[in-house]
This record gives sequence, structure tokens and C-alpha cells, in this order.
Amino acid sequence: MSENILEVINVTKDFPGVRALDTVSFRVKRGEIHGICGENGAGKSTLMGIVSGVHPFGSFEGQVLVHGKEMKFRSVRDSEKVGLTIMHQELALSPYLSIYENMFLGHSRNRFGIIDWDELIVRSRPYLQRVGLKDRPETIVSKMGVGKQQLVEIARALSKNTELLILDEPTASLNDEESEQLLNLILELKKEGLTCVMISHKLNEVLKIADSITVLRDGESIRTYDARTEEVTRAMLIKDMVGRDMKHLYPERTPSIGETVFEVKNWTVYHPEYHHIKVVDNASFHLRRGEILAFCGPMGAGRTELMMSLFGKSYGSRNEGELFVKGTKMEFSSPRDAIRSGLGYVSEDRKSLGLILIQDVKTNISNSSLKKLSRYGVVDSFAETDAAERYRKSLNIKTPSVLQMVRNLSGGNQQKVVLSRCLLAEPEIFIVDEPTRGIDVGAKYEIYCILNDLAAAGKCIIMVTSELPEAIGMADRIYVMNEGEIKGSLDHDEATQEKIMHMALS
Amino acid sequence: MAEKKAAVQTMSLRQLFKDNIRNYSMFLMLGLIFVVFAVMTGGVNFSSRNISNIFMQNSYILILAVGMVLVIIVGNIDLSVGSICAFTGAIAAMVYNTGLGLIPTIILTMGAGMVIGVFQGFWIAYAKVPAFIVTLAGMLLFRGLTYVITNVSPISLRDDQFRQITSGFISIPALTVDRVHYLAWIVGAVLSLIVIVAFVQGRRNKIKKGFEILPLPAFLAKILFVVGMIALLSWKFADFRGVPMIVVVLSIVVGVFMFITKKTVIGRYIYAVGGNARSAKLSGINSEMVVFTVHVIMGSLAGLAGLVFAGYMNSALPQAGNLFELDAIAACFIGGASASGGIGTIIGAIVGGLVMGVINNGMSLMNIGADWQYVVKALVLLLAVFYDIYTRRKAGLA
Repeated sequence: MSENILEVINVTKDFPGVRALDTVSFRVKRGEIHGICGENGAGKSTLMGIVSGVHPFGSFEGQVLVHGKEMKFRSVRDSEKVGLTIMHQELALSPYLSIYENMFLGHSRNRFGIIDWDELIVRSRPYLQRVGLKDRPETIVSKMGVGKQQLVEIARALSKNTELLILDEPTASLNDEESEQLLNLILELKKEGLTCVMISHKLNEVLKIADSITVLRDGESIRTYDARTEEVTRAMLIKDMVGRDMKHLYPERTPSIGETVFEVKNWTVYHPEYHHIKVVDNASFHLRRGEILAFCGPMGAGRTELMMSLFGKSYGSRNEGELFVKGTKMEFSSPRDAIRSGLGYVSEDRKSLGLILIQDVKTNISNSSLKKLSRYGVVDSFAETDAAERYRKSLNIKTPSVLQMVRNLSGGNQQKVVLSRCLLAEPEIFIVDEPTRGIDVGAKYEIYCILNDLAAAGKCIIMVTSELPEAIGMADRIYVMNEGEIKGSLDHDEATQEKIMHMALS
Repeated sequence: MAEKKAAVQTMSLRQLFKDNIRNYSMFLMLGLIFVVFAVMTGGVNFSSRNISNIFMQNSYILILAVGMVLVIIVGNIDLSVGSICAFTGAIAAMVYNTGLGLIPTIILTMGAGMVIGVFQGFWIAYAKVPAFIVTLAGMLLFRGLTYVITNVSPISLRDDQFRQITSGFISIPALTVDRVHYLAWIVGAVLSLIVIVAFVQGRRNKIKKGFEILPLPAFLAKILFVVGMIALLSWKFADFRGVPMIVVVLSIVVGVFMFITKKTVIGRYIYAVGGNARSAKLSGINSEMVVFTVHVIMGSLAGLAGLVFAGYMNSALPQAGNLFELDAIAACFIGGASASGGIGTIIGAIVGGLVMGVINNGMSLMNIGADWQYVVKALVLLLAVFYDIYTRRKAGLA
């Protein structure tokens, strides 16, 4: 038996026009937790796709060895047969099925095609116990939080006799507490002999649990650290990831704050389906010229819902309260009205709410501003391409051309496209929802710079964020929300992570 | 200045081919089918008379396909167009028979189609009932209403002028020598000139502004192809009876909607809403209005198609338009539209419609019955869409 459960040797993978991986090699030892770090577009997901058979054998060069034997996976099924399971960033559960149905989906033992459901419920229990999930196996998964759904996925992986579990950004959509639980669970499973590969942007998490760490950059494996024998720091990883030192995570800025531009009074939003539930309760806040506001709070605090309801009733069945732009009371009945009054909104969910993936970069950027780029209803394609090129340069969007499909861009670059679209419409009040979610360190810094520049140019910015250091590093004032209410606000100078947490939970 | 010149970018031929393989193969498929039938019918399908016939026989499906592709791009489907054709055809005949004249008849019939479009568009866009359901209801509703207003019996037209819309030809006797209708050649020449000037002008503009342009051989090939097609049709039309009226009608419809989809803001909105409705909405696009507009357009075009079909049959039949919707939908999909919305072109729908038309026509010439025509059309639809999905997956677009 080989000491390495998984070996990847000199793997090279090309996509049309891009080399995603360039002679990448790394080893995962039996029983360890192996972290994989790298910026977006560094090739992490592609690499995992190759390891798990998403990209079949023959579509890449190089070798994949499991237990020292070369594998020629034709599909994910093949890789699962040898005890390898991948958990994708987006959860792959069927939302209207129960926990146990999801767990055994695709590998339920049956007799002549007939499934004994009762037996499956019984069989699911020990696995659920192992992952610490106390819900009944009959619970429908869409009724549970994302954190619990993640646990169901892990239980599902365990039930498949998995020896090597690959987790792709497992904590991306979890709050701090849930992340903590998940990491502890992974450590627990390691003791039971499970090998894990974890891909994550959150370096702290990787440093906390990983035994060895491989860094990828621009499709190449830069180096592998052994965290058991050498001291690995955040700074070292960042340096490897971006290829340069990152002294400051947040760019310097001297705010110059003017008059109040945007004000919300007693804003209440009701749930889109359950009309009596208040998702946002009596929220009031104001925003001044040149100011960056941050909205913090745990998942489900109602931050996104508040912002979307302000942005032309894009959320909720109805809302109460008043909204003022430059002292004038406004009523927005659609995002169009909001955009006309100078609002801009960048959604937290780029793929389903921000972009049109099947269209090119240029079209995605121009979609909000076609009125400006046209005459008598006819689009001026030259002006349009010019505008797109301008933002490609100023925001440093990495794409071979503005005619490239957006789906082929990495997360950070996609986010810049959404920002470009919003910027082209020239909003004064700029609402960015989780602007750096799922984005690597380098691109994060660039996005912070863009936001700072906007503030310096006299725009007003509302940033919804789940990352407290980001809020503290960027914002002039921080509003803390929980359970639909604004619990309080903190100025830049007095804000600390502890104070924010205290305020949220008060 | 030297810098500006250096900035001229040409796409590589390989990239160009890769990006457009689907478009090229569509034309290629049409050409191939045509040639196969030319061989099997001993060249009959290439005769001047038959070329004009193909356009007449398929005109109403092509008009419907233009509207249908818009509906499919926004992510919907319209099952009611066949019934609407029957209903508006009946209205056209009744209006015409009052002696109101042809032009008012056309306006009123398309108006009736538009009102139907408004009705269905309201339920789909604002009441949020799925288009499939609304138009399924519309399919039954307008078939029923057709039976009501026609008493389930054909309405014949009072004179032969009406049918000229579909079966008429434009020719000027003074320009007709030895049974060759030189008007067709003149129209063809003028069109070719316009095409060449527009293409060259567009290319100059792009070079001036430093945008990416086609490589010269590809550019010339494109001009040659378009001019060649015009010349071919001019020749065929000049040889028979002149320019078919229906070809003029079709050209106007196709031209107008190609312009709308490619160049206008509303065209962009249609693609944006179909590509991702929620994102489009958050981008400030009034997506309800866009969906509504598309269904109104579809209704109006269905009205026109009903009129054209009544002209083709020289009477309004209560059972007219049966299964037209399926032919129109198939034309869109053969022409590369995506069932999940956001993708599709007018020219694709037209080529798709012609593919099926040429097959029908060729098999009829070979005396193969409607039974086998269905079988062959079914296979073509299935294989064409499979090929589409296959090439997209290969190109990494699926």
C-alpha cells in the first residue's frame, strides 16, 4: 500500500483559449487534511474536476494515482467507486427530498429496483450521528439551513464508504459559528481515519486544520508546505498566492464626508410568501456623501432583504416606511425607478442575479445603460464597445476580449463585470452586497480600491458584508443587524469584532 | 497615426470558424438537403417555378417562425399561433368580403392578431401564468371562436385580388422581354449594391475605430455568399413570373426583425430577459414589458400569417393552421434557438423553416406522402438539435 492516497503528477489541462493547469503535481498522504489555496482562476476547481472524474481521462495530460495505481476515470461514478467523493461549492442536494432520501440518492441498495425506504432510514441514523445532525431523517432538506445541508452532504459522502473527501469551499456560505462546527467535524473525521482535501479562500481556516498546504497560482503548483514540521503563516500563503507581498489587506483612505444623501426611516419588509412575517423590522439609517457604510450581522439578519427591498421592491411582498434621496421622499416600484434615481445594486448572487452567463462581457456591462448608448432606440455598438473597453481597462478585468462569454471568466473577474455594469449607469448611491464573496485576495484588494475611489469621487457606498475584518477595514460607519432589526451602529474608530458581535447578539 | 493602424485587429480564421461553426453548418445543411433532392428529383426542385413555390408554400410558417423565435428567446413558447391563424384568416376573409379593400383588410387583420397578442401577453407577463398554459388555452379558445364565427364552413373570397398577397408576382410588362422578367434582375442588382456598400462602410468604420474585423478573405467570402444568393434568386424569379409578392412580404418581415434583434435596445432587452430574467430585472430592465411586447409581436405576426394562408388557400378554412405552431417551433430549434431561452436568431429560424420546407417540397415532388414527410421531419428535428447541443458542448458552451 502506498503512503499517498492521492497523487497528481504533471497534470496539464487546456480549455478553449486558456491553459487552466500547467504541469501541476501534488500528493495527499493517507489520514491527513490537505489544504489547497490559490486565487480564483488559479485552477483549483479544474484540478478537483480532474481528480474526481468531472473532466474525464483523456481530456488532460498527466497522471492521477489513487493508492499508487493510475486511474482513468471516465466519470464521477468511477472516482466514487475507489472511495473518492467531492463536495461542490454549490450544494448538490435535491431540495424537496428528505435527508435520508438525499443521502442514498444514486446509491440506494435495492431489490429488483424496489427500495426499502424504512431500511434506509435506519441505515442513515449512524451517519447522521457521526456528523452531529440531530434532525429527523425524514426532514425535507430545503427546510434546513445551509449549514445543516452541508452536514447532510458529508453524511452522504460517509455513507458511500468514502476514504478521501474533497471539500470545495465548504464554508463559503456558512456563518462563523457554523464554519467552526464544520471545521471541528472535519478534524473529528480525520481522527476516524478519513483523508480530506479542502479548498478554501479563508486562509485562517486552512491554517487551522490543514496538515499540509499546496498553493496554486495561475494554473501552476507553486509549493507544498508541511504544516506539521514547519511554521506556515498567512503572509507566506498570500505571498505565494499572489506572487507578491501584501502588506495591507485594505487600501489606505482619508474619508471626506458631506451631507446626507440617502435616508431610510422605519423600513419594514414582509416575507414574500408568509405575508405576516417581518423580515426587516423598523429599520432606519442614513448615508452621507463620500461615506462607506457597512452592514454586518449573521446570516438571515435581513441585510440583503433590506437592500433589495430598497432597490425597487426587489424583495418581499410589501414594505412600509419612508425613503429619501437628497431630502426628497421617493417611491420605487421597480429596480428601473431606483436606477433612475441614482441607485445601483450589485447582488451577492452573481450567477443567478447579477450576470447573464450566456452573454459576453460587453453585453453584460451595457445592459443597464442601453438608453444612454443608443439613439432612437438603436444601439450604438461602437459606443457600447468603447464603454466596455474602458471598464475592462480601469477595473483590470482579465479577459482576452470584451466579446468573451462571461461564464468563462473567474469569479473575481465576473464580479468586476457586475461592478462595471453598475458603474456605467453612474449611480450615486452604490449598494454592494458581499462584493468579495468567493473572490481571491488579489481581486479583493482591487475591489476595495474601486470602492474607495468611488467614495473619494463623492459617491455613497453601502457594503453588506459577512466578513467583520472587511467591515472594520473599509467602512466609516457600521450598522449591525440581527433578526431583521438594526441593533446599533459603530463608528470606524470604535469598531472591533467583539463589539460588533456583542451588538448583534444583544 | 501609425499606432492607430497597428491597433486594427483581425480575428484568426480558426477562431472565426470555431465561433460560427453552428451558423455555417445551418446553411450548409440547407444547401445539402437541397442538392440531395435536386439529384433525387432530377433537378425539378431547382426549377424556377418550384423555387417560387417553396416560398409560397412555407411563407406562413416562416412568418410565424420569426415571431416564435422571439418568444423562444425570452424563454417562452406559443402553442396558440395555429388557431390564431385560422381565426385571423376568417376575420380577413370576412372583412375583405365587405368590400373594404385589401390594405384596410391587412391592417385590421394584423390589428386583430395584435389584440390577441395583448390578451395573451397580459396573462403571461403580468398575471404570471406560464406561457405554455396561456397559449394552450389560446389554442383551444381561438379554434373554438373560429368555428363560432365561420359556422364551421369555409369562407370563400369575393375576388382574386386577395390571393395576390401570397401567390401574386410583381413584374413590369415594359421590362419583360422574351418571357424574362428583368425587374427581378434590377431589384437584385440594387439589393446587391446596397449590401456591398453597407458591408464595406461597416468595415471601414470598424477599422477607423480600431475594432476587431473579419480577415479579408472571410469578409469577401461573406459578401460573395450574400450577393451570390441574391443573384441566384434574381435569376430564378426573372425566369418564371417575376418577383413573388410573398418574397417581398417575407423580406420586409425578416429585415425589420433582424434589425430589431440585432441593433435596437428592445432587441437587447429580449435577449437579456431570456438569458436571465432576474438579473435583467435587477439591471433595470422592465422585463414584464419585454415579455408582453414579444407576445404582442407574435400575435400580430400570427395575424399576418393567417392572412397569407387565407390568400394561399384562396379561402378561409375553419380548420386552417392546424399544427402550424409545431412547424414554427421546430423551425426555431432547427435554426439553433435554445429551449432554455436567451439564444436564437431570426435568420436561424428562417433557415430552419426552409430546411423543413425544402424537405416537404422535395418529398412531395417525389410523390412521397405526408405520412413519410412527418417521419423524416421528426428525424431532422431530432438530429439537428442533437448536433446543436453536441457542437456547443464541444466548444465548451454547454
